[in-house]
Amino acid sequence: MHRLPSQLKILALLAFLLVVVTTPITHIFSYTIYFTLIFAVILVARLPLLTVLKRSLIEIPFVLFALLMPFFGSGESYEIAGFTLYREGILAGTAIVAKGTLGVLGAITLSSTSTAREILRGLERLRLPALMVNIASFMLRYINVVTDEMERMRIARASRGFEARGIRDWRILASVVATLFMRSYERGERVHLAMLSRGFTGVLPRTPDSPPTISHYLQVTSLPGLALLLSLMERILR
Amino acid sequence: MSSKPALVVEDLAFAYPDGHQALFGVNLRIAAGERLALLGPNGAGKTTLVMHLNGIHGAQHGYVEIDGMRIDVNNKAGLKQIRSTVGLVFQDPDDQLFMPTVFEDVAFGPRNMGLSPSEVEVRVAEALSRVGMSHFAQRPPHHLSFGQRRRVAVATVLAMNPSILVLDEPSSNLDPASRRELAEILQALPITLIMVTHDLPFAFELCERSVILAEGTIVADGSTPQILRDQALLERYRLELPKGFTL
Repeated sequence: MHRLPSQLKILALLAFLLVVVTTPITHIFSYTIYFTLIFAVILVARLPLLTVLKRSLIEIPFVLFALLMPFFGSGESYEIAGFTLYREGILAGTAIVAKGTLGVLGAITLSSTSTAREILRGLERLRLPALMVNIASFMLRYINVVTDEMERMRIARASRGFEARGIRDWRILASVVATLFMRSYERGERVHLAMLSRGFTGVLPRTPDSPPTISHYLQVTSLPGLALLLSLMERILR
Repeated sequence: MSSKPALVVEDLAFAYPDGHQALFGVNLRIAAGERLALLGPNGAGKTTLVMHLNGIHGAQHGYVEIDGMRIDVNNKAGLKQIRSTVGLVFQDPDDQLFMPTVFEDVAFGPRNMGLSPSEVEVRVAEALSRVGMSHFAQRPPHHLSFGQRRRVAVATVLAMNPSILVLDEPSSNLDPASRRELAEILQALPITLIMVTHDLPFAFELCERSVILAEGTIVADGSTPQILRDQALLERYRLELPKGFTL
């Protein structure tokens, strides 16, 4: 699982999510299958369940939003404990939570079984424009350098007794942001000069790699394939 | 000194687009295999001069010749050759190391030169072993110590098989052990070396010849011991040996 070529994993996830979002929320059997499938993948990949759950907390703002939906709408409604809940809203809210959770779980599985670097290489092989891949990989490389710099500047400010308290300090924080921007911009120029010095011609050289095997293809097709097959059954039988 | 100079700088002058003139007619000849320290106070134009040595800056007046070939920034093919002949190591290794792994970073130059994957492998292995970093090939650069990153930065340039190596402040920010290790590595390279530095003992250890650049011209040129012993000269150009250091 961890060793599958990342471009195939990206495609598999994309296909799986396409099947998911095109399934009406009333197809409960299909959704049961989807959740079973994604958890099966998590198990096969031997990802620690607790970590996966912790990381999926990122979904919470969307869940809160979905929880409000049953209170708004029109048409068929139910009275529960003095509240008016609309059928339309309940379905829409459930759909957001179910589809969102599947998406988040899928994304976590992808990101936990591949390094950020591999995902970028995968996107590169999927012919994402080289410029975008390069920008993303430079960001990956320099994010530590910039956050270190930011941290040093923060410590230097704190050492001279500065503590951001309110709106009055925004002027100072703004100049910090400006300084950081200027430094990063100048670093960008120096990096470019260093690249030119080593004969950079505008195209980053690629690391050669071996093409995926048939077994790789079969493995990645299983997730979206099963999801599609079983959901089609429900769609046809209805 | 061999008869044919590896590098000739002739009456080189340069002003930045904002009008600030950094170089006022620099003359310099360096023989193949020579090791030269380029000394001078901050703002003397040292970095500007260095940027001319591999055609990052084009000469506005005068010229620079590498192995008898004049640098012309409009001649793309020639520039490619110049850049593999003159290797530039920047002061901040984070400016130089930008690829995800040490291997890919060292491979960057050779790949740009269009070498085959197997040749690239050989070059990378050689360059990394020269700086004692062979075991770090698969590591991301930001996980290395500063001294290790400086050594990898040297390797990224060595992988292009330059005949002239130019280093900007190679000993800055290094702890004493890393500084000594780098000196040993540089000492072992059979190559023409130009080193911009404020670290006079480091220059004394590695370079037999020194020049002082001040206000955009070469104001002194001689053997390193001779220059470092001239107290009045050093003082005039804001250069100082560490206290207690005697030649």
